[in-house]
Amino acid sequence: MSSSTDWPLWEVFVRSRRGLSHTHAGSLHAPDAEMALRNARDLYTRRSEGVSIWVVPSTAVTASSPDEKDSFFEPAADKPYRHPTFYEIPDGVKHL
Amino acid sequence: MAAVTADQTTQKTLGTVDAGRTADAEADRVAAFDATVAADERIEPRDWMPDAYRATLIRQMAQHAHSEIIGMQPEANWITRAPSLRRKAILMAKVQDEAGHGMYLYSAAETLGASRDELLDKLHAGRQRYSSIFNYPTLTWADVGAIGWLVDGAAITNQVPLCRCSYGPYARAMVRICKEESFHQRQGYELLLALSRGTEAQHAMAQDAVNRWWWPSLMMFGPPDDASSHSEQSMAWKIKRHSNDELRRRFVDICVPQAEALGLELPDPDIRWNEELGRHEFGAIDWSEFQEVLKGNGPCNEQRITQRRRAHEEGAWVREAAAAYAAKHAPKPSPSAPPAAAPASSPASASASDQPSARTAASARHVEETA
Repeated sequence: MSSSTDWPLWEVFVRSRRGLSHTHAGSLHAPDAEMALRNARDLYTRRSEGVSIWVVPSTAVTASSPDEKDSFFEPAADKPYRHPTFYEIPDGVKHL
Repeated sequence: MAAVTADQTTQKTLGTVDAGRTADAEADRVAAFDATVAADERIEPRDWMPDAYRATLIRQMAQHAHSEIIGMQPEANWITRAPSLRRKAILMAKVQDEAGHGMYLYSAAETLGASRDELLDKLHAGRQRYSSIFNYPTLTWADVGAIGWLVDGAAITNQVPLCRCSYGPYARAMVRICKEESFHQRQGYELLLALSRGTEAQHAMAQDAVNRWWWPSLMMFGPPDDASSHSEQSMAWKIKRHSNDELRRRFVDICVPQAEALGLELPDPDIRWNEELGRHEFGAIDWSEFQEVLKGNGPCNEQRITQRRRAHEEGAWVREAAAAYAAKHAPKPSPSAPPAAAPASSPASASASDQPSARTAASARHVEETA
C-alpha cells in the first residue's frame, strides 16, 4: 500500500505580512511542490498567518553541523569591536 | 525507515578510534547535553542526546499526535447534527485544527528519526497509545461543549508548560497548539453556557454532559505522582515541568469558579476550598476505571481504532493517486541539476524538518543513503 513515505519532506517558510521576510514555520509531507503549497496553506495559515508561502525540499537544505559549532562560529566571538557598544564616547556627545 | 542523524553517523565512525578518546568524547557530549538542559536552553534535533531521552520524546510526541487525530472522532460525530450553521462551522474548524495539531506533532517526532508511517502503524496495531479520554462516547450535543471546556481545558493545563519543554521542536509545536486550543476551550464554554441558560431540558443535558466528562478529564493528568513511572526522569530532563497531581490541582482550581459562572455543578460532593492550603480539595478518583480504559475496556476503544484503520485504508487510493500524478509530472532530471533538487525523483528522502541532510553537497548524498 502506498503511503506517505513515498512523499518527500518539505520545509515551509511563511511571510506573515508585507515588509517581513519568510520565516521557517515547520515541515510537511507532500507528493509534489504544488500539493506541498496547498498542504502548507491548510496546515500553517488557517488563521491568516501568511500572505506568501515558500516550500523547499528538505533534501535541498545544507546545514552547519552542531559538532563544528565552536570552530565554525568562533571567529566572530573575539571581535567585540564589531559592535557599537565597544567604543567609549564622552558624555554629552549627541547623535552618535 | 528511520532517518539516522549526522550525529549517529559520527558516533559510528568514532568506534574505530582508540577507546580512550571515544570515552572522553562521550563524556564531553553528556556534559554538553546536561549543561544545555540545566541552562534552560533547548536541545535541537542534531544535538547529541541520550538514547533514553530520544526514546522518551518519541513515545510522548507520538502518543500526543495520536491523541490529536483520534480526538477528531468523538466531535466529528456531531458535525452533521450541529444545531445551527454557526455551530457547524465552528465545529468543523475545531476538528480541522485537531488534524493540524497531529501533523505538527508527527513532524516534531520525525526530527528525532521516527518515521510517520511507522508511528501510524504502531497506532493501528495498538502498540502506541492515545489519550484514554477519547474512548468515551459523545452521547448528546452538550458533550461537544463539555469536551471543549473540560477536555481541552485539561489539555491546555497540561500543554502550557510543554511550551518550555527542553526539546526545541516539541516546544515550538506546543506554542502553536496552545494558541489554537484557546479557541477550542472558549467555544465549548460558550456552547455549554447557551444550554445552561436555555430550557430546562437543555440545562439538564448540559449538566449530564459535565457529570460524565468531569472525572475522565481529571484522569487526563495521568496517575497520581507516587504511581507515575515516567515522571521523575522527565522532570529531570525538563520535558515535564510539573507533576501530574500539581497540574490536576491547578485544573480543579480553575474549573470551580468557571462551573459556578455556567450555573452547573461539578459532580463531586467533596469539592471544597481549603483556606490553609489555598486551593480546592476534591474527592478520590476511581483509578480502576482509568486502568480498565487503558487496557482497552473503555466504551469506545474498539470503535475508535477500527474507524482509524478504516479511514487509513480507504484513503490509500488518494495517496496512491497523488504519488502517481507527482511521478508522472516530475521534471526530467537535467544534467546540470543535482539529483536532490527534484523531490519526486528522490522519494526516499525523509530527513526531518530541523534535521537538514548535511553540511556540504558532497556529504548530502551520504546522509541520504543513511536516511
